[in-house]
Amino acid sequence: MGTYIVRRLLQAIPMLLIVSIVLFGLVNLAPGGPLSQYSRSRRMTAERAEALKRQFGLDKPLPVQYVVWLAGNDWMKVDTTGDGILDSYGTRKGILRGDFGFSYKTREPVLDEIGERLPNTLYLLFFMMLFTGLIAIPIGIISAVKQYSAFDITATTLSFMGQAIPDFWFGLILILVFYATLNNPFTGDALLPSGGMYTLGADFSIWDRIKHLILPVTMGLVGWVAWYSRYLRSSMLEVINQDYIRTARAKGQNERKVLYKHAFKNALIPVVTLFALDFPYMFTGYIYAELIFSWPGMGRLYYDAATARNYPVLLGVLIIGAGIVIISNLLADIAYAYLDPRVRYE
Amino acid sequence: MMKNNEKTLEQNGEIKNNIRPPETMMSLAWKRFRRHPGAMVGAFVMILMILTAVFASLSPYDPEKSDIKNRFQSPSLAHPFGTDGLGRDLMTRTFYGGRVSMTVGLMVVAITLGIGIPIGTVAGYYGGWIDNILMRIIDATLALPALLFMILLAAILREADLPFVQSNSKMTIALVLGVLSWPTVARLVRAVFLTLREMDYIQAARALGASDLRIILRELLPNGFGPIIVQSTLGLGYAIMEESGLSFLGFGIMPPTPSWGNMLNNAQDHLVQYPWLAIFPGIMIFLTIISVNYIGDGLRDALDPYKVLAEIGE
Repeated sequence: MGTYIVRRLLQAIPMLLIVSIVLFGLVNLAPGGPLSQYSRSRRMTAERAEALKRQFGLDKPLPVQYVVWLAGNDWMKVDTTGDGILDSYGTRKGILRGDFGFSYKTREPVLDEIGERLPNTLYLLFFMMLFTGLIAIPIGIISAVKQYSAFDITATTLSFMGQAIPDFWFGLILILVFYATLNNPFTGDALLPSGGMYTLGADFSIWDRIKHLILPVTMGLVGWVAWYSRYLRSSMLEVINQDYIRTARAKGQNERKVLYKHAFKNALIPVVTLFALDFPYMFTGYIYAELIFSWPGMGRLYYDAATARNYPVLLGVLIIGAGIVIISNLLADIAYAYLDPRVRYE
Repeated sequence: MMKNNEKTLEQNGEIKNNIRPPETMMSLAWKRFRRHPGAMVGAFVMILMILTAVFASLSPYDPEKSDIKNRFQSPSLAHPFGTDGLGRDLMTRTFYGGRVSMTVGLMVVAITLGIGIPIGTVAGYYGGWIDNILMRIIDATLALPALLFMILLAAILREADLPFVQSNSKMTIALVLGVLSWPTVARLVRAVFLTLREMDYIQAARALGASDLRIILRELLPNGFGPIIVQSTLGLGYAIMEESGLSFLGFGIMPPTPSWGNMLNNAQDHLVQYPWLAIFPGIMIFLTIISVNYIGDGLRDALDPYKVLAEIGE
């Protein structure tokens, strides 16, 4: 097991390198390039552009730029004044040492910007995943245990519908119903707020936080509840038909224990793996909820960066996203090997 | 003994007279598909959606020309879905939007198959180092954070001036979506090839002197037909959903060309005052995706070779 994990970790490193080369190349080959930001300025002349290029190190070939981006340039002489003379050592540390450069927009370090937004996204994700589990697991179990019952047929139909609803549309409908139409019977205000993390200027209150969470969390979880309840149902059905379940029943084990101790535990193994694989999609999928409900998270940060061609931020979020994908896949494999004793990777 | 033989002959004669038409796998599959109520309803709704897209041009209104006098009309007989902020008839735009979304979806499926099948074939049939390299490429593609990558690509291509990739063309969006969607098909085809290439009948074909190309096209690829069809159907659904999502974010089809996604984006600004702007495009996406998913589900059952064989008692 230990060697397996180490081997998979070692495989993940070249993968991240390849992905970083692809992403870096793509961003830098983009028309206009990183300097298109400045070209809109009227004071921009050809000489000034050349000087800026030298200052940013953009006159160097792309592979060199990549190495600088990756490993920094504090070990080589650079042209800080843009006059064509290599005058002093660089100051960039490279992403390997946590230097993702500066945001074009705010001039803040990219990592600080991400660090500011990441907790907000995780906060939303946490509640979305919690409620997905709380809703999807009972539905999946009951559907499987009472296969073809009225409950099962309803749940299966609803899950087909849940998977087909575009979540961004569902978000708009939620606003329409709970913000625009329904009112709080006591105060006459809208029942739920249409955006933000909390009421601006108000004192901290748990109830206020909860009210702001309900709609974005609901919007995010519908598709996942549909997906996981259906998946758990089929996984459960598969386990229930196994010989060891029949054996447990033949031994006279009571039905509750058969279902929860033997069946459910085993049915959960593929679900855990699937969850690890889905996590990146949950993470990036939140871009829609963050835009619709003006939630200051990573999705919004990325969206704004993409609209404004803020390349350092784009690259930073992309690399972190790729890291999350790779780590999630790794965890999925490890969880699978760990939870299922039949699986042995040697 | 004698009697028995006679009886057998008699029975044979009877069977000869009532001989059933030969049943192909396809006709068996169609029989099974027809018995799946969800799939049949899905197919019916899908046909309706396709008809609205095809006959969208019969509408008396222009989908892109504004008519400021009639802006923000609520649904009425003249405008069953209402009008938008530029006075354009929303029903016309919704049906034209369907044309755009479905075309993009089909293009994505074509790109997916066009890249996925050859790569899966080469990896699965030849194996060895070439398989290794192709699998690493697939792993790297799957390691990209999909939605973020599509946004980046769309943002870059929007400003690019490449020969086939005009900004805001359906082809550009299809490329953006297709670049990440082929690995699923490639893996599927590879798996089919890996499990079958050592089978006796392939050895036999090889012994008879069949070329690699013949073995691939005639003996191996047809076995992947069922799963590829199912995957393509579901892929069409994903593609339509993703196109709508990208257009909603403003990185897909750009106005004035209507698409369900950008109509919803447009609706967002006036959601509270003019809610009908948001209702219909969303319902269209929902109906399309749910139909496609049910059709895919029906096809999965219908094309499962074990179920089809059970049907004819083997």
